[in-house]
Amino acid sequence: MDFGFSQEQELLRATARKFFENECASTFVRQRMEEDEGVTPQFWSKLAEQGWLGLVYPEEHGGTGLGFVDLTVLMEEMGRAVMPGPFLSTVLLGGLAILEAGSAGQKKDWLTRIASGEVKTTLALTEPNARWDAAGVTVTARAGKDGWVLNGTKLFVLDAHLADVVVVAARTTEGGRPEDGVSLFLVPRGAAGLAVTLLPTMDQTRKLCEVKLTDVRLPAAALLGARDGGWAPLARVLERATVALCAEMCGGAQKVLEMTTEYAKIRVAFGKPIGAYQGVKHKAADMLVDVENAKSLTYYAAWAVDENVPEAALAASMAKAYTSDAYRKVAGAGIQLHGGIGFTWEHDLHLYFKRAKSSEFTFGDATHHRERVAQLINL
Amino acid sequence: MDFSLTPDQEAFRERVRTWLAANIPAAWSRRAAGSEVPRPETYELGRRWQRTLHEAGFVGLTWPKEYGGQGLTLMEEMILHQEMALAKAPPVLNILGIGMGGPTIITYGTEAQKRRYPPKILSCEEIWCQGYSEPNSGSDLASLQTRAVKDGDHYVINGQKVWTSLAHIADWMMLLARTDPDAPRHKGITYFLLDMHSPGVTVKPLRQITGDPEFNEVFLDNVRVPESQILGGLNNGWQVGLTTLMYERLALGFGLQVRLRVALDALVDMARRVEKHGRAVTKDPVMRQKLAQLWIDTECLKYTGARGITRLLRGELPGPEASAGKMGWVETHQRLQELAMELQGPYAQLRGSDWAVDGGLWQYTFLRSRANSIEGGTTEVQKNIIGERVLGLPKG
Repeated sequence: MDFGFSQEQELLRATARKFFENECASTFVRQRMEEDEGVTPQFWSKLAEQGWLGLVYPEEHGGTGLGFVDLTVLMEEMGRAVMPGPFLSTVLLGGLAILEAGSAGQKKDWLTRIASGEVKTTLALTEPNARWDAAGVTVTARAGKDGWVLNGTKLFVLDAHLADVVVVAARTTEGGRPEDGVSLFLVPRGAAGLAVTLLPTMDQTRKLCEVKLTDVRLPAAALLGARDGGWAPLARVLERATVALCAEMCGGAQKVLEMTTEYAKIRVAFGKPIGAYQGVKHKAADMLVDVENAKSLTYYAAWAVDENVPEAALAASMAKAYTSDAYRKVAGAGIQLHGGIGFTWEHDLHLYFKRAKSSEFTFGDATHHRERVAQLINL
Repeated sequence: MDFSLTPDQEAFRERVRTWLAANIPAAWSRRAAGSEVPRPETYELGRRWQRTLHEAGFVGLTWPKEYGGQGLTLMEEMILHQEMALAKAPPVLNILGIGMGGPTIITYGTEAQKRRYPPKILSCEEIWCQGYSEPNSGSDLASLQTRAVKDGDHYVINGQKVWTSLAHIADWMMLLARTDPDAPRHKGITYFLLDMHSPGVTVKPLRQITGDPEFNEVFLDNVRVPESQILGGLNNGWQVGLTTLMYERLALGFGLQVRLRVALDALVDMARRVEKHGRAVTKDPVMRQKLAQLWIDTECLKYTGARGITRLLRGELPGPEASAGKMGWVETHQRLQELAMELQGPYAQLRGSDWAVDGGLWQYTFLRSRANSIEGGTTEVQKNIIGERVLGLPKG
């Protein structure tokens, strides 16, 4: 057992931290918040040059072939910077779905171009019913003479307005277990009947869309993976993306802890730095415990999905349940300990607080994942 | 990063598991323990159990061979504790000697001390207790007032210790006493190895809220201790004493996580048997949430512990995760015990009645768990330590 990061991983962390400090300072983040795109072509190219867009893809598809523990390090640094842009959607949702479910040809078509930064993608899974399980998939895909016809509405879709291709989860067979009738489709940008609308949201660093599909006709080749067999690969994608998101949340929470600790050392009240008061000190200690526990569960989950151990699904849900609560609590405590300045638009804390909230909902909140844990441990 | 064991470690695990399956005493009820400190009615069983473990080579794994140990690493120690907890093995009796006294003596002792004491700690021939807290010195330990005055080649000790677990059966005490009242308070304390059978030592059991007399008051009246019983040098007791506490957290930490898991398994088992509103409480959505959260928090301690051990095995200093461990354990265990009472409803009040759930065991563990946030450093002191030493916040 060696439950720590390697020297190479620590090197990746140092490189990433320096990169984001230079390329993704809060002024950059705030500019992207104001714009629909949420990312610049230059920034995206630089991520590609670092090899990070293909970090977890096999080398044959233009990737670096690294694992989720390596990715954890990178995601922590991205979370620390509240990095905007479609990394999660492109690399870990759409891209991973193509990697998990795609044919050799589909992988060849897309993955190399994702890794090079040439194309962006996303996954359209959730709908107005806001469910993360298979039963939530009600968008229909009817088999026609020479292809498929899709109808329905997807909601809370990350970065669909940027995607060159959207992986859509649709129901191809009714009745039976909800997991058994789901299929995945590649819907290209500009397809007739596809309407993408950017939604105004609280966390402006992470864009959400509505995706309406009205008689969208697709060729037979648009099917990604087996007909009716879409849920298994999708579950694996969600499991992995969840772990990556947890790592990003840990990085953000760690940064809030550091900002708050530094502030508590210099802010003076009643003649002393506020960090000298136990009312502040103990809250900071609670924050540290939350952050460290979230890391422990997330690191284990990253190892578990990398090794594909049977416990991986449980590990991912444990991590997401804990981290969802921890990041929200830590970000809230960060604002509280900063006092009035922490409540301003000018201070960066609200970027973390809002990211904590949007991350909490993404892939299911703590309550959702605790219930999954209950199921997985056969309660 | 790798959470799996090497083939050698797997083989060790298998050896421990097989041995435990064959050797756990039939008289032991395999119930969920509320603490690492043995209960009075299990002292004799704990003594015999420790001897059996010792003869099999399963006590003092990380201690050097020349002082009676096995010369193994923290990994084997962790595996042993995990397997013991999973097998619901009884706690050993000499927990304070093994967890604190022995490692401190091995770190600071003279060669003669290192040869004299550790082997008998392991074999359970000599039981140890810890004489730190006093009626007026708990969290603020450096204010302790027990005096040790030099008289020829002896020191004469006067004072009182309190909350002293196992003192009533102990042969030796790790004693902190003030040897230089004029020095700054951290610098005038000396660490003595005190023979509890010396004239002038009086032990009075204190009854706890559980009803058990698990800890004691210890009165020291003109107790003469040879100079050779000083550990780690005159007026160096604060440093030596802190080392003991560090080992306490490390050593107890291994056992605590797994015992928490055992308690959780027992809780889940009980929850399946208890009904509320006409259905098993495990089917109640609110209770499922609470049980799942406990499961997550319990597992989390395992991974936090693994991060800490990895640092130590790599020769690094303990990181922030080490501080998170004790507080996390305390909070989780107390919440677990509260949930155990909540699930039972009014039945939780019963003990020694046919109506009692699990014989009323949960009542004891629930009450005992209140001490968790006090013993070994209160939660408030732990938070000060995290705030000041880990986060670098100014002292109050």
